[in-house]
Amino acid sequence: MIRAENVTKQYGPKVALGGISLNIPKGSIYGLLGPNGAGKTSFIRIMNQITAPDSGTVYFGDRELAPNDIARIGYLPEERGLYKKMKVGEQVLYLAKLKGLSAAEAKSRAKEWFVRLEMESFWEKKVEDLSKGMAQKVQFVTTVLHKPELLIFDEPFTGFDPINTNLIKKEIKRLNKEGATVIFSTHRMESVEEICDYIGLINQGEVMVEGPLLDIRRHYMNGTYAFTTKTEQTFAGLNVLSRDHQHTGYTTTIKSDQYPSGIIQELASSNELLGFEEVLPSVSDVFIDIVQNGPKPKDS
Amino acid sequence: MNSPILLIIQREFLTRVRKKTFLLMTLLAPVLLAAVMIAPGLLASMPEEDKTILVLDEPSILLPEEGTTQFALEYLNPGEFDLELAKQFLRDSDKDALLYIPAGNGWDPDFIKKNILLYGKEDIGIDLQRFIERQLEEKINNQKLIQQGVDPEVVTQTKTQVSVKSFTLGEEEGNEETSATPLKMGLGYIAGILIYFFIFFYAVQVMRGVIEEKTSRIVEVIISSVRPRQLMMGKILGIGLVGVVQFLIWVILSGTIYTVVSTFIYPEIFAQQVPMGPDAPDLSQVDQGNIFAMINSINFPVVLGGFVFYFFGGYFLYSALFAALGSAIDQEADSQQFMLPVTAPMIIAITTAMNIVQDPNGPIAFWMSMIPLTSPISMMIRLPFGVPIWQMALSATLLVGTFFGVVALAGKIYRVGILMYGKKVTWKELYKWLKY
Repeated sequence: MIRAENVTKQYGPKVALGGISLNIPKGSIYGLLGPNGAGKTSFIRIMNQITAPDSGTVYFGDRELAPNDIARIGYLPEERGLYKKMKVGEQVLYLAKLKGLSAAEAKSRAKEWFVRLEMESFWEKKVEDLSKGMAQKVQFVTTVLHKPELLIFDEPFTGFDPINTNLIKKEIKRLNKEGATVIFSTHRMESVEEICDYIGLINQGEVMVEGPLLDIRRHYMNGTYAFTTKTEQTFAGLNVLSRDHQHTGYTTTIKSDQYPSGIIQELASSNELLGFEEVLPSVSDVFIDIVQNGPKPKDS
Repeated sequence: MNSPILLIIQREFLTRVRKKTFLLMTLLAPVLLAAVMIAPGLLASMPEEDKTILVLDEPSILLPEEGTTQFALEYLNPGEFDLELAKQFLRDSDKDALLYIPAGNGWDPDFIKKNILLYGKEDIGIDLQRFIERQLEEKINNQKLIQQGVDPEVVTQTKTQVSVKSFTLGEEEGNEETSATPLKMGLGYIAGILIYFFIFFYAVQVMRGVIEEKTSRIVEVIISSVRPRQLMMGKILGIGLVGVVQFLIWVILSGTIYTVVSTFIYPEIFAQQVPMGPDAPDLSQVDQGNIFAMINSINFPVVLGGFVFYFFGGYFLYSALFAALGSAIDQEADSQQFMLPVTAPMIIAITTAMNIVQDPNGPIAFWMSMIPLTSPISMMIRLPFGVPIWQMALSATLLVGTFFGVVALAGKIYRVGILMYGKKVTWKELYKWLKY
């Protein structure tokens, strides 16, 4: 859907993007992840054509990103807001018309969304009379109203209350099923793990790793295992990371350089072993691993 | 109506025009303006309360003057009263004021004129003071003349008033125009001040609009749909349109109110005097027949066309600057450090207005009407006096050219500024943005 090749962007002496190349597959829910100041927003603004890259190319589908493409993108920025003095309905229509919808089309779609998110009563209200949560719903509707093929959310869940977060996650998943490609940009990596299927990790303007989320997590497995025993044991000689008691038994997480089969043999000889699995690292574990040790070669 | 810039213009226009404050301002301003025009006429015609003034006239200068119906004079006998007694008498009486004229030693007009005192129960009104002064001046003058052995009657007869008829000599023969300097001065001055007021009023609204979009954080959503420059220009044009509509309503309303009042309600007042501000040249000396010749000597199409052109030119130029300014700051309170340098040229133009009016073709007038940051005001002041075509063309070209340059630069600052939050911006920083 979006392919970036060697995109650079510099603000005065500060390098925001040092030649990043990314590939965001059509139909994916893509997590653009990295700490604050990594260059996520700079890249997003280039996709939205708010700024132009200093060099490099961004492709939308199979051709270069063009001015008209903004009508095919829905963008919810990190710094988001609405005209406070304007009525909600009027404002939603205005923003939709700016994206190229006709007045009639915008109105019928807006009404549909207002019913779906149970916000019909907002229409005649001024934004300044809405609660924060209500305003967030309005912002979400303005982002998706023109049925964009690409949805970009920058730090979408900061400032959203939990109810709206869940509601919006649900709606985003639905839009994704209907064919939209979704990009989530966030520094809170754990928050998108459950919904993203692709990720790109960027740091200091460089891409560190990119690909399907599961593949990356598998690739960065680091000998962490979890097993469950019927009784509580101390396991002297093992590098124990954590212990947990559940009604099925006692789960212990360890780190080990041994092959799993060896560990299992050892454990099974003296314990009633109920379960054993290798633990996938979380995205933030992967991130820390890469920052500390550099990217892992492909075939290791 | 789906071109983005038209949508923006429409929104900027409608949100402002629909506001209650717009309605209030638009309706109230002509009432105020008309009041300013009408009030002097009404006030002048309003009869002041009649007053009685006690006069203790030791040297018998004023006697037997009886005053007017408005200011009646009542004499106290100097044989019975001294100043203290007279003051007490005023306190106990229902009279309004006490005029004390001392005799001094002998009959010395110079002593007398310095020692005349006027006491009032309330503050002495300016009209009363003037009345007394005029009366006394005349009497003392006459006394002095008599002392010098001159008959005051002779002096009155020899007084001469000269009224020069001035013309502007055109290039061709027979093209002499009645010079209408006072009228032109007034017109130029008023037009210049109106331009100043309009530019400032609406350009600041552009700045406010930009700051509003920035602080409400809507701006990034908008510029993901339209180019920043489109947003900026849409805002400038939309607010400019508000200005045009508001101005038209004002002109029509003021005109209507003025006409109604002057024709139907107080026709006799308006037949007598031409109301103007205190700075305006005194037109009352000009006789009626001449006014038409004067009005005819002003090239109104040029003045009106100039007004429209310089209003828009100046407004566009300054609103682009103000838009850039608004984008660089987070709240209006931070605008002060940038406001002064930006508005300084306009303030200079206003402060030199008097020089320009007095010498409309002098070097100050010429340069001020060429420099684009001052020309909208300064050229407007010059236009009623007639300006050579090449100067008008040069001034207009410079203004338009500068406008495009400024829009390009302001657009660059704007583009960066609207996405910057929480940063105290310096001039150096603004300069850097030009290069992003």
